[in-house]
Amino acid sequence: MKTDDLIKMLSTNVEPTDRSKISRELAGVVLFGAATSITIALLTTGLRSDLENAHILYFLLLKFAFAGMVVSFGVFYLSRLSRPGGEKMRSPLWATAPLVAFLAIAALALIAAPVMHLRTMVMGTEWLECLISIPVIAVVPFAAVVWFLRRMAPTDLVRAGGVAGVVAGGMSAMGYALHCTDDSLPFIAVWYGGAIVLCALAGAVLGPKLLRW
Amino acid sequence: MAANEAELKSLMVKALEGESLAYRALLDVMSRYLRAFFRVKLLGQGRSATEAEDLVQEVLLAIHTRRHTFDPDKPFTPWMHAIARYKLIDYLRRTRGAYADVPLDEVIDLAVDVDTGQAESGHDLQKLMKSLPEKMQRAIQYVKIDGLSVAEAAKRTSTSESAIKVNIHRGLKALAATVAREEKS
Repeated sequence: MKTDDLIKMLSTNVEPTDRSKISRELAGVVLFGAATSITIALLTTGLRSDLENAHILYFLLLKFAFAGMVVSFGVFYLSRLSRPGGEKMRSPLWATAPLVAFLAIAALALIAAPVMHLRTMVMGTEWLECLISIPVIAVVPFAAVVWFLRRMAPTDLVRAGGVAGVVAGGMSAMGYALHCTDDSLPFIAVWYGGAIVLCALAGAVLGPKLLRW
Repeated sequence: MAANEAELKSLMVKALEGESLAYRALLDVMSRYLRAFFRVKLLGQGRSATEAEDLVQEVLLAIHTRRHTFDPDKPFTPWMHAIARYKLIDYLRRTRGAYADVPLDEVIDLAVDVDTGQAESGHDLQKLMKSLPEKMQRAIQYVKIDGLSVAEAAKRTSTSESAIKVNIHRGLKALAATVAREEKS
């Protein structure tokens, strides 16, 4: 095929593109991901039964805030990474800002706490459940984020996949937070953070396979 | 580089608004840069000019089907470079394992002589088109090759205008995907 013929074909009757479509799709993916994570978590692990306590509600909100920060930083970074050359615009470390900030706060909480409480604060009672549930629940939101990325044109597939994992893990953590009864800052930082890091690693491994174009 | 960022970008902005002439001019300029770029990268490794042209066409198709990913608030040339570079690395990886380690710094430099040879790739458009579902074939044939309007094509195929548009869009995406997989796989 002659390149001139291809050019002629591509440019004949070219359709205008819809500029706002990308952000609409991304917003749709975020809403869908958060809603499905919460639904799956409620259906499988169930809602914690002690929510009438104000102190507990505070921790639930804190977990939501942490997960929400992870998702919003991730989505912002992803909107760059989804476009050709987007990986050059920001350092990947930037996407980990919420986790680093939370680890710092958690470290302060540990320093302030009595030594005998340290183990309970970090390990909680259900750390393994947390570490497993968050990546498992993240599968559906991850598929939604991949759907979006496949309509775009990421040129760094490892990084795009990794950040897709972070976003999915963050959404999943929102759902899991409704069930989780381990209420301490260090627990959230270590195990929620750890579970999201696992999602990021899985995403980075899968990225080149799923996102190639 | 001879053509400047401002010129390319203004063509791209018009193209995204649906101006066929601007889009054609842009594709013309880009194809010349891409040809020169891929020839420099491939001929030095004992690859043929036809392979370079395969890649030019693959990139043009990729740019077309993913043109919505260009953000008009950002410069155009880095966007184009990123696609060209991505496709080159992808091509070298899938055509020979030994080329997996492409030094990125060398690849980035697009400022090469503009080459205007009469260029032909190893792709066969007829064959590619036949691999598509019939409704996509017809939509592309009528609107993109014969130059009928979307409304006329809709009347001829007794479908809706939006069905024609969707079929063109999906058909070209499928062509781009086939081209990206068939080269010496």
